[in-house]
Amino acid sequence: MADLWLQFLLTIDATLRVATPLILCAMAGIFSEKSGIIDISLEGKMLMSAFAAAAVATLTSSALAGLVTAIGVSVLLGLLHGLASITLRGNQVISGLAINILASGLTVTIGIAMFKQGGQTPNLSRAERFRPIELPFAEQIGNLPLIGPIYREVISGHNILVWVALAAVLFTAFILTRTRFGLRLRAVGEKPEALDSAGVSVAKTRYLALIVAGVLCGMAGAYLSTAHGSGFVREMTAGKGYIALAAMIFGKWQPRGALLACLLFGFLEAVASRLQGVDVPLIGEAPVDLILALPYLLTVILLAGFVGKAMPPRAIGEPYVKER
Amino acid sequence: MSAPPALPRWADVGLIPLINVLAALIVSGVVVTIIGENPFEAMMVMIKGAFVYKGSLGYTLYYATNFIFTGLAVAVAFHAMLFNIGGEGQAYLGGLGAGLVCLMFDSMLPALVLIPLAIMASAGFGAIWGAIPGYLQAKRGSHIVITTIMFNFLAASIMVWLLAGRLKAPGQMSPETRSFSPNAELPFIHDIANALGMEMARSPLNLSFVVALLACVGVWILIWRSRLGYAIRATGHSAGAAQYAGIPVSTIIIITMAISGGLAGMMAINEILGVQHRTILGFTSGYGFTGIAVALMGRNHPVGIVLASLLFGALYQGGAELDFEFSTITREMVLLIQGLIILFSGGLAYMFNRPLAHFLGFLLTPRHAGGGRRG
Amino acid sequence: MTDASQMANGGSTSPLAIELSAINKSFGDVHANRDVNLKVVSGHIHGIIGENGAGKSTLVSILYGFYAADGGLISVNGQITTIRNSADAIGKGIGMVHQHFMLVPNFTVLENVMLGHEGSLSIEASAQKARNVLNKLSEDFGLTVDSDMIVENLPVGLQQRVEILKALFRGAEILILDEPTGVLTPQETEQLFDILRALREQGVTILLITHKLKEIMAITDDVSVMRDGEMVAHLKTAQTSPAELAELMVGRKVLLEVDHTPAKPGVPVLQAENLCLTTANGIDHLKDISLTLREGEIVGVAGVSGNGQSELLDVLSGITTPTSGSFRVGTNEITTQRPSDPAQLRRLGVAHVPEDRHKCGIILPFSAAESMILGYSGTDEQNQGWWLSPSALEQNCADRMHGFDIRPPLPSLASANFSGGNQQKIVLAREISTQPKLLLVGQPTRGVDIGAIEFIHKQLIALRNEGCAILLVSVELDEIMSLSDRILVMNNGQMVGELAREEADEQQLGLMMAGIGAEDGITTSQMRAGS
Repeated sequence: MADLWLQFLLTIDATLRVATPLILCAMAGIFSEKSGIIDISLEGKMLMSAFAAAAVATLTSSALAGLVTAIGVSVLLGLLHGLASITLRGNQVISGLAINILASGLTVTIGIAMFKQGGQTPNLSRAERFRPIELPFAEQIGNLPLIGPIYREVISGHNILVWVALAAVLFTAFILTRTRFGLRLRAVGEKPEALDSAGVSVAKTRYLALIVAGVLCGMAGAYLSTAHGSGFVREMTAGKGYIALAAMIFGKWQPRGALLACLLFGFLEAVASRLQGVDVPLIGEAPVDLILALPYLLTVILLAGFVGKAMPPRAIGEPYVKER
Repeated sequence: MSAPPALPRWADVGLIPLINVLAALIVSGVVVTIIGENPFEAMMVMIKGAFVYKGSLGYTLYYATNFIFTGLAVAVAFHAMLFNIGGEGQAYLGGLGAGLVCLMFDSMLPALVLIPLAIMASAGFGAIWGAIPGYLQAKRGSHIVITTIMFNFLAASIMVWLLAGRLKAPGQMSPETRSFSPNAELPFIHDIANALGMEMARSPLNLSFVVALLACVGVWILIWRSRLGYAIRATGHSAGAAQYAGIPVSTIIIITMAISGGLAGMMAINEILGVQHRTILGFTSGYGFTGIAVALMGRNHPVGIVLASLLFGALYQGGAELDFEFSTITREMVLLIQGLIILFSGGLAYMFNRPLAHFLGFLLTPRHAGGGRRG
Repeated sequence: MTDASQMANGGSTSPLAIELSAINKSFGDVHANRDVNLKVVSGHIHGIIGENGAGKSTLVSILYGFYAADGGLISVNGQITTIRNSADAIGKGIGMVHQHFMLVPNFTVLENVMLGHEGSLSIEASAQKARNVLNKLSEDFGLTVDSDMIVENLPVGLQQRVEILKALFRGAEILILDEPTGVLTPQETEQLFDILRALREQGVTILLITHKLKEIMAITDDVSVMRDGEMVAHLKTAQTSPAELAELMVGRKVLLEVDHTPAKPGVPVLQAENLCLTTANGIDHLKDISLTLREGEIVGVAGVSGNGQSELLDVLSGITTPTSGSFRVGTNEITTQRPSDPAQLRRLGVAHVPEDRHKCGIILPFSAAESMILGYSGTDEQNQGWWLSPSALEQNCADRMHGFDIRPPLPSLASANFSGGNQQKIVLAREISTQPKLLLVGQPTRGVDIGAIEFIHKQLIALRNEGCAILLVSVELDEIMSLSDRILVMNNGQMVGELAREEADEQQLGLMMAGIGAEDGITTSQMRAGS
């Protein structure tokens, strides 16, 4: 029984680790989309930042330097998306898609040029990564029956970026509902003319939103390669950016809802990997591929309106133009 | 000013795509330089690899076949103002359809019956995979961009599950079906040419290329000369007007997505019936996304799509040559160029409009006083 | 009041709140404002009148910083300035109430008013300040709205009030109102005018943009007339008349009435009984609508927009299915259980000129030839099954263009490149050419120049004389009164009254449009006495 409990806790622990990049990207998506910009380039930004973080960490032996670079790269990509969507009023879906494809190509191309390892970066040592933070008395408390392992496994032992991700949720909620910037951001996604006729720049507000989104995606990418993993591997994001997008929609563009969706999707992935090769009663070998497809299926079911309505910001996807 | 500056039609359709490609190539050239190679050399290798070496043209056209199908798919959907990002998944399921037909009937039916049946199956499966997101958009308001992205992943999961499981060839490790019998194979063009007495180098180019070209004609007739096409275009431009006109908008959306999915599904016949002769994992390898680039560059018109497909076919084939000849450059370079082309022609679309409009204005307007005032 | 300010200035001119000199603005080939001059006296209500498309909205958009003028000078309160964007305009005390409200639908009134001028980084603090200001404005001007209501739940008149509050909150001393009364009943318009007079008392300068002569005469002190992008006259309202203004607006003497012989109505063509329409969000758009239309008569439906007229047209044309009730066209009965659709109704001889031609009536990117078959693309007019022959389309279009004097007569020209009047003529040509038994028409002359208006009105009368039944929905009372044989009035989804042509006058109709009148049992003479 205790063993089952431990297994369960380890799965929860894994959930948090898997969900961290999803949470960061989902919050990024909320900032963009609430301001009216469709952003399907979460995947590309995360991939590019993962590469940047790993490459710089390798060169400088500092995970922090990697993180800062990753954020910078992601913000640049976000500004590129902004240039296309806001200033040039181009198609936002296509711009996002282009960035994703670009990132796939550019990361490997530069990776091979720099490290000649087929697109990967060299393995990072423990010192060059973000290390798990053991909370005080983890071992001792961990020996307490039942609740002890919760402290030792689930709460202690995560690296800083996991906590940053959870803080990002609070940050997002606070900004959106309690600050002036948040009010303007929400307005610009619903009715940009209202903000424009109030004398506030629509473009500037949207660019700022994209910059914040860039920072969050940068952290997600850095986490993947220098905290969760030990280096960059080609296509390492493997669709996580799209799952984050799905989680944001599933969470109805609200920070709390998106957090829950990310945890759910993270849980599904954690369960799937633990069930790999395991025989499940009645079904036989666990259909891991199908479990991994559940986040996508659930999002489609939500979008089909079977689990309530998902209403995006009213003005989303429409380049803002002053009407004649 | 709300609309981008007006360009004469020939500039918009002909010049701007060229400028976009040029811009993409220039940026890629910069990247090539940064990683320490000579971009002009790389360019020459690509061109030779695409057109000059023995068999290279065949390879280029073989790639182009895929892009014509996926490009047509995106274009048809776009005429109804629908963004079909699901070409990958629809093509994948098309491969399932063709595979199932061949697996079930390849020992029973002659090629002349089997192959058209397989083609219909691939189109049919693709059509279903397109129609479901279409239905969800039409009847439940689910945004088609998101649903088609999700459906790509769902298709991949289904195919992995099937190909590693029930459809796997017995006794094999790799997730793929058994090879089909020869009457399920689409003949190679070089075989046909040789049979007719013409010399032609080996390449994967097969009869599906002809099917692709026929599909182009079919799409043109459908969109611009048929009542259904009128209804599709009307729905795309103005759902309000379509409704007013008694055009059943929901039905049109679903039909359009079905046609779009079917076209994407037909991409499978090139790979599955023409080249691999069995259904394998990942044969779509990004061609669905390239279809988006092709449709954008080709301005959603079959002629443009054929031209853009040739361009991308050349890129892919040239990219393979690049990979072969340079140790520091791989096929991912093609992804980079593709991403840049999509960026310039779709995202940064109007970046060149204004300077070009000014430039053309300067070049083409006769100089005299008082031009421009309304009479 | 004028004397004091004259003396203070030591001269013959009163202080000017706004002065515009030689303002020029073009959009591509369209020269929207040409050498426009304007002098707005401080503390006056100054009207700018002109037809749709004359350039009024462009001019005030320049003043409010939405556009930059291509040339010319702007001076505010005597100082020459540049206004690069709305923030500049607001900074100079200029506020604007737009024709289409600039309100965030799912924000509260308070949030909408605060937006952009919160006064602090935190919403809490900003909200407190804003509430105080709103209370004061309410006391001073009677502009009272519940701050915590969600804007999209407010009726249109109150939403407009929020727009005015926004402007005053930001310290506007010069208030621009762009076509404010399009969405108001005559009575609500009076209330608005009371507010404007109160503001004028307090020294606020008001610039009123409108195309309605009556409003100019009712409230303004000065009026400027725009025509085709130019200012053609500046007058003191007291010294002019509607006829003079109309002539200035158009450039020639205007027939304010159409020749109208009495109708000879024949058999019923349409009979509607207890039509109800309730949409998914629970709003009753149509409540028990019953009406009969006969051959050879024009029935006008008057009412402020948003009272169910659009929904009535949608139901009768088959676009929307009624929730209950039925209507009969010829022998066909259409109910909720046996719904129809626009295609079937067209086959039954019902034609429809929609209210919004840009959204529904034509397809802007299509050529005129293709727009000319919109709604008829499924029938066998082009004589081949699934095939649309371009030459047949072109011929069809050319014929219609000739018959309706549509310019330029180029079937291959994109529909967007025709002027508003010609676009409307395309729609009309298409619908009338099918020789319908019933023609549903919504806002036939919205955004149409006066020459085309006359043509369209004549076409409608001619059609009716040939025996067609016409249901005419329009927010322009003048149009309704000059064309209709019978006038129905809709308010809040119901038919609240019916008047024959001879009995109808604007005041009565206005009261009915506001929901007062027939159902309260007030007689005609009582209403006249009360005026």
